[in-house]
Amino acid sequence: MKQFLVFIKKEFYHVFRDRKTLLMLFGLPIAQIVLFGFALTNEIKNNRIVIVDYAKDLASQQIINKIEASKYFDIDKSLMSHNEIEAAFKEGKIKMAVVFPAGFNNELLHLNKSQIQLIVDASDPNTGTTLTTYISSIVMTYQTELMKNNSIPYRIVPELRMLYNPELKGAPNFVPGVMALVMMLICVMMTSVSIVKEKEKGTMEVLLVSPFRPILVIISKAVPYLLISLVNVSIILLLSVYLLDLPINGSVLLLFAESTLLIITALSLGLLISTATESQQAAMLLSMMGMMLPTVFFSGFMFPIENMPFPLQMISNLVPAKWYYIIVKSIMIKGLGFSAIWKETLILVGMTVFLLTISFRKFKIRLA
Amino acid sequence: MKESVIKTEKLTKRFGDFVAVNEISFEVFKGEVFGFLGANGAGKTTAMRMLCGLSVPSSGIATVAGFDVFKQTENIKRNIGYMSQKFSLYEDLTVLENIRFFGGIYGLSDKQLKEKSSELVLTLGLQNETKKLVGALPLGWKQKLAFSVAIIHQPKIVFLDEPTGGVDPVTRRQFWDLIYEAANSGITIFVTTHYMDEAEYCNRVSMMVDGSIKALDSPSNLKKQFSATSMDEVFFELARGAKRGE
Amino acid sequence: MVILNNITKTYNKGNTIAVDDVSFSVGKGELFGLIGPDGAGKTSIFRVLTTLLLPDGGSATVDGCDVVIDYKKIRSQVGYMPGKFSLYQDLTVEENLNFFATIFNTTIKENYELIKEIYVQIEPFKNRRAEKLSGGMKQKLALCCALIHKPTVLFLDEPTTGVDAVSRKEFWEMLKRLKEQGITILVSTPYMDEATLCDRIALIQTGKIMSIDTPNNIVKAYSGTLYKIKSDMMNKLSNDLHSYENMLSCYAFGEYLHLSFKNENEHFEKELMNILKEKGHQQIEFERTIPTIEDCFIKLMSSSG
Repeated sequence: MKQFLVFIKKEFYHVFRDRKTLLMLFGLPIAQIVLFGFALTNEIKNNRIVIVDYAKDLASQQIINKIEASKYFDIDKSLMSHNEIEAAFKEGKIKMAVVFPAGFNNELLHLNKSQIQLIVDASDPNTGTTLTTYISSIVMTYQTELMKNNSIPYRIVPELRMLYNPELKGAPNFVPGVMALVMMLICVMMTSVSIVKEKEKGTMEVLLVSPFRPILVIISKAVPYLLISLVNVSIILLLSVYLLDLPINGSVLLLFAESTLLIITALSLGLLISTATESQQAAMLLSMMGMMLPTVFFSGFMFPIENMPFPLQMISNLVPAKWYYIIVKSIMIKGLGFSAIWKETLILVGMTVFLLTISFRKFKIRLA
Repeated sequence: MKESVIKTEKLTKRFGDFVAVNEISFEVFKGEVFGFLGANGAGKTTAMRMLCGLSVPSSGIATVAGFDVFKQTENIKRNIGYMSQKFSLYEDLTVLENIRFFGGIYGLSDKQLKEKSSELVLTLGLQNETKKLVGALPLGWKQKLAFSVAIIHQPKIVFLDEPTGGVDPVTRRQFWDLIYEAANSGITIFVTTHYMDEAEYCNRVSMMVDGSIKALDSPSNLKKQFSATSMDEVFFELARGAKRGE
Repeated sequence: MVILNNITKTYNKGNTIAVDDVSFSVGKGELFGLIGPDGAGKTSIFRVLTTLLLPDGGSATVDGCDVVIDYKKIRSQVGYMPGKFSLYQDLTVEENLNFFATIFNTTIKENYELIKEIYVQIEPFKNRRAEKLSGGMKQKLALCCALIHKPTVLFLDEPTTGVDAVSRKEFWEMLKRLKEQGITILVSTPYMDEATLCDRIALIQTGKIMSIDTPNNIVKAYSGTLYKIKSDMMNKLSNDLHSYENMLSCYAFGEYLHLSFKNENEHFEKELMNILKEKGHQQIEFERTIPTIEDCFIKLMSSSG
């Protein structure tokens, strides 16, 4: 036991004496969250939108006045044709176009139902969703006001057209994504690199020729990164609650338990990589290609999995981060309990057991 | 008057407070085999880097192949060859590919390259190995090939950093035969080694201790000076007083 | 203490033979040297003995334990310093030593006596990180780390490679004193001049042991007579000698050339001198010399092809 503790202490010396890596370990998650955070809070204000009013009647004018009153929009009222709108989107000049069809008020009064077209640049999904929500709520308010004065149920239906990213992945989805990414990065890359480093420096030979059990070498390598990752999870959660105003709707305890599970999955992957590589560079490259990229592509937080071709969807099932992402979203955003995520948890447990088994099998008590 | 190809005067390199090379002054002549000896950390590598134009001296004067080490490092690099025990050739390229590559970076024309590589392969007896990866060759052959490649562009000076470390005694001697051959063709050899018997093969030897040159002469004169029977004793006599390590 | 029986080790699925049918034994308290160039198979032999590699053929025991079956026992008893071993660069001297002591289930205090003599030399720098130590000091620290659990057998793989002549001498002094304390030491080196410092040596080349005995006996077993020669024109001398048909071998050795002859009748010396004088050599020194281990190695190499 004492050997084990000394080993872990040594690992912490390694971590804390390597300033650059240390900075990356703790700076990266913070930087990512803060960056996403600013993307969320800043860009929503003062968005340039264009209003195309073919109607020019009372109702359209009243709604336009309400939009103008909002601090979120800079309005360009110059009348444009549909083609011009497309061009303005392509140039990135505007984020949204609100189109009132001719006879807007008439339809509303006579058919009790009218339509507004909202065309949104959804390439930045965060902004896209927020803008439509704002406009929709302005229209809703107007509708309620109309109803107050009149018994006829007028309905204005905003017809939504999302450009570029109709799936609208975004906003709160980034936090779980960043959590998965950071853990994959730290655990897979750091464990594999630190084990391979011992091989490269020849210290592994000495450790093997010692009474210390080789398996313990591996476990004591993993412990510091497990702890560091948990600290990182806490930092990310604190930042997302206090900086991004993204509350944790479900159980924090459950969230940490599931995170620990992913960390162990990642550690066993790192271990597997370290048994297969001989140089730090190779380990780093394999971690990057093997873990980072799949995590970014297939976990679902950057690119919607539903839109991928079927074979890619199948591949995405092999990526642990995908399941973790679903779990975290369920707990944090939907506030669901364990009963809702037991399947995903089981899949992660299965993956971990599988990975640990092969890497322990592959781990050599001898050289080559 | 002998033509000098390396000339330094009070050449110094400081790293902060630490004086790695302390006012060394010496001359190396054309066609000479010059042994550059010293204990670990005496400053040999730093001095050699300055002469190769890889590191800017803190003070002093030095010319290599007639070029100034402060301003004309590009010219220096074109006129020297370099080989070390650690880095010599690309292990994952074949013998011929290595020769072509290194000849190529030194600007040999295709015709020259063809002539040189076949000549080189012939003298080293590597006819059957040209398509083999360098990594698969025995160490001794690798080192001999590396040396031949280092002088493929007929440099004025070739710097050899422990070229024979770990090589078997027979190949080590063959390696020195190559060195002499190169020296006879007018190439100046600047060599470091930990084998003291190899110090005897040099025309002149300098002994560096704690950043300065403590002795410089032919092996026989050095032995006389320190009334020693071998270079080993001379080295021991000088380096024993060394205070610092790497 | 250490016994090898027909040990063979191959790499690349048997295509590269690193160790070829090697057998020898090392007695208790012996300082045994494996002498040979890089790639001779020294490191592979050490790794088989330290249970890091499984041999492809043959058997070996260390202190009575089989290297394959009783590997756990061997690992807790031997000390090992691999060739490229460089300690933990980012840990201090004391942290390194402490770490290895604990890993080997002991403390610095417990076996301090054994390492004291070496450790006092680096103790003033105990709070310095290993990366900031000089080559000689690193080597001492590495030796302390390998000794800290009082091993019965100490394996040192090329401890002096790339180290200057003075530090090398100091290192061998240390080994001698360790030997006096009863530790069996196996050491490998490419430097032939270190061979005489061992009790017994094995000369090894391309995986085969060419000769194994005490350094003295190996020198005695040198067949034929060895001469050394020197003249005022050393560069030319070697070429001129090679044209003498009675020449068996001739190679540079320090400031001299070492020679041996096919036929040493009463005239050959005179014959040789005449040839050399004809070629313009002066101040010729020519005399018999005692072969060194390196001469023996060269001779063994050429006779084994």
